[in-house]
Amino acid sequence: MGDPAARPRHTLDLDGFARLLRELVIDGYQLVGPTVRDGAIVHAEIAGIDDLPAGWTARQEAGTYRLERRGDRALFGYAVGPQSWKQQFFVPRLRLFQIRRRAGSLEVEPEPLPATRLALIGARSCDLHAIEIQDRTFLNGPFVDADYAARRRDVFVVAVQCGQAGGTCFCVSMNTGPRSEAGFDLALTELVEPHRFVVEIGSERGRAVLDRVAHAAATAQDVDTADAIVAETARSMGRVMETTRIKELLYANAEHPRWDDVASRCLGCTNCTLACPTCFCGSVEDTSDVAGETAERWRRWDSCFTLDHSYLHGGSVRATLRSRYRQWLTHKLASWIDQFGVSGCVGCGRCITWCPVGIDLTEEVRAIRATSVDEGASA
Amino acid sequence: MTPRELLARHPFAHGLSEVQLDRLAACARSARFGEGEVIFRDGRPATALYLIVDGRVVLEQHVPARGSLQLENLAAGDLLGLSWLFPGGHWILDARAVEPTETLVLDAECVRTVMREDPVLGLALATHVIHALYQRLERVRLQRLDIYGAGA
Amino acid sequence: MTSSMHPEPARVVARHEEAADVVTLTLATSPARALRPGQFNMLYAFGVGEVPLSTSGDPARGDLAVHTIRAVGAVTRALCRARPDDVLGVRGPYGTPWPLEALTGADLLVVAGGLGLAPLRSAVYQALAGRSSYGRIRVLVGARSPADILFRAELEGWQRRHDVDVLVTVDHAEASWQGHVGVVTALLSRLDLGPATAALVCGPEVMMRFTVRELGRRGIADDRMFLAMERNMKCALGFCGHCQLGPSFVCRDGPVIRCDRLGSWLWLKEG
Repeated sequence: MGDPAARPRHTLDLDGFARLLRELVIDGYQLVGPTVRDGAIVHAEIAGIDDLPAGWTARQEAGTYRLERRGDRALFGYAVGPQSWKQQFFVPRLRLFQIRRRAGSLEVEPEPLPATRLALIGARSCDLHAIEIQDRTFLNGPFVDADYAARRRDVFVVAVQCGQAGGTCFCVSMNTGPRSEAGFDLALTELVEPHRFVVEIGSERGRAVLDRVAHAAATAQDVDTADAIVAETARSMGRVMETTRIKELLYANAEHPRWDDVASRCLGCTNCTLACPTCFCGSVEDTSDVAGETAERWRRWDSCFTLDHSYLHGGSVRATLRSRYRQWLTHKLASWIDQFGVSGCVGCGRCITWCPVGIDLTEEVRAIRATSVDEGASA
Repeated sequence: MTPRELLARHPFAHGLSEVQLDRLAACARSARFGEGEVIFRDGRPATALYLIVDGRVVLEQHVPARGSLQLENLAAGDLLGLSWLFPGGHWILDARAVEPTETLVLDAECVRTVMREDPVLGLALATHVIHALYQRLERVRLQRLDIYGAGA
Repeated sequence: MTSSMHPEPARVVARHEEAADVVTLTLATSPARALRPGQFNMLYAFGVGEVPLSTSGDPARGDLAVHTIRAVGAVTRALCRARPDDVLGVRGPYGTPWPLEALTGADLLVVAGGLGLAPLRSAVYQALAGRSSYGRIRVLVGARSPADILFRAELEGWQRRHDVDVLVTVDHAEASWQGHVGVVTALLSRLDLGPATAALVCGPEVMMRFTVRELGRRGIADDRMFLAMERNMKCALGFCGHCQLGPSFVCRDGPVIRCDRLGSWLWLKEG
């Protein structure tokens, strides 16, 4: 769609945005977007603009998330909450098939593929990068996950350019934001007084939907204001991750004493892997009915922090929290690069916010770098 | 071949000069053991060391109610016997020839004297012994891990 | 290769007890699913679960899937109870095979520890079928005790051949055992290993580490050693994340991995 900075921009007022959402529903999309529930801003199926967290924000720090009221009625005035878009495509629980023993054979009854078309409302740059990264796992290898592929098909994305940093996020360090450059049909930057959105078009499909609601060409001043907002977000990141030669650093420091240090704090609660938008581990469960005639296979989310994860021959390869934390961080920031050509971390900060003891991976990396065994890697 | 010629070919004497070989060979004689013949017994005084030239020897331990348990084979090139290093040592295992086995037997007191009187030779031999000990230890460690237990 | 998690029915045509808790099952399959030595199937015991199992069979028999199974958990115990005419679930083939085609001309050194002989038996079948393509073929087998030696009849058959050397050793034995006693790496010091040597190694990871170390001391380069690695597997498709060993997915970058590609990951102390 050409150079992002040169894209023509449009303005949509609040009413126009509400209409846009209605048009998506008319087109058969199921809207999924942020809403306040259980003390957080989560992703859920929403009916329209009224479900969005108008006037809410969240204060985030390591191990801390507090909903707070804003002074205005901004709809997207917060950084990412506990949920990414991961559970829309890589669903937490999935029946893979049913299977029956019949006439000396086995009959598999496959699951029908899902047909819902999703419209993601308010997707942030870090999370759009995360979706692309997860696509590499489930779509771009030698095998394709059919359920994931079906859910990913025909997704409409209304992105939001972040209006503030979140306290724990560091997308700038990971080169994943705060501005979305691609992966959306429409991208909005929210302005208040008056309440409106500066819109960038990311696809023909986005243009077509926008054309059905009243909108105007954006004024130069609005475009500048929008750009300034995003620039300010970029300047106020809560964390920094030094990524220079990070793969070599972690590969070389498998015996660094910092692993013992973090292991003494880590509870193995798996919150980080649940919240992380790129974690993809899943486990498989085979069940049977009491009569032993019908069995099922399910897939569910799993975490490398569980003792079971590395179970082999009557024991776990990674029996200690030390080895499990080391595995998670080394995989996320180093091995991922060898596997998928990109870091597994998008700097969303969720693992920092949602860790009950406030472990901060940027701090862990900094500590390892400070006394790295490999001088070249610590450069 | 004479004991000295056999000695010159054995790894235990690797790197020794002609003079040093002469000194060591003075302690050596050939000994042959038939299949099944006992070379030394657990508990007896360790008065000699054996350099295996050819054949195969098994180290065994007799365990009450279980009989003789075979622990390790040694063969050509190996040093048989370590308990001779210090005066008054006793064998801690049985050694039995599994096949017809040709050895060089070196009198332990003679070797210990040579090592004392010729420190350079003494160091060379001690190094060989340490090397053999190290290799043996590594194998014994691996053996002791019982890696083929459940799940292997 | 299908991206599916669905097992297909496979009838057990033969069952052979190899040792106390080790059974070899032969299943009827189709040549389209034929396993190359080193590759594995996911075998499903109805309602219980699935496990990855390497082929231990002759690759020339593409219509049969042969798997040697040790009963160590719920699924393997259920599989070991299977009798002829029982129907199990199978999906595959998965994984990387022993690179026998690329090793023509080499002196093959097969080093098997315990159950590791199962995937290597398949490799030896293939090598013997194309015997003239290889130099020396030497098979070293380590087992816990004489009663635990797998495929004894097979090994004795190979021992009788003039074009294969077979050496078997046990960790400990009673007096009646006439063969070697000691670790399998001790057998290596008895062999002369020239530059044409390529090693195929499979067994407990500790044994593989000792073997790699000993072979390295004897001058065998890392890119001439191939190890069959093992990790927990759930999907065999590279999705579930369980089988990762460093950056490698054992289900798809392995199980057979060249030693230089394993690199320091072979030595990483997990625990």
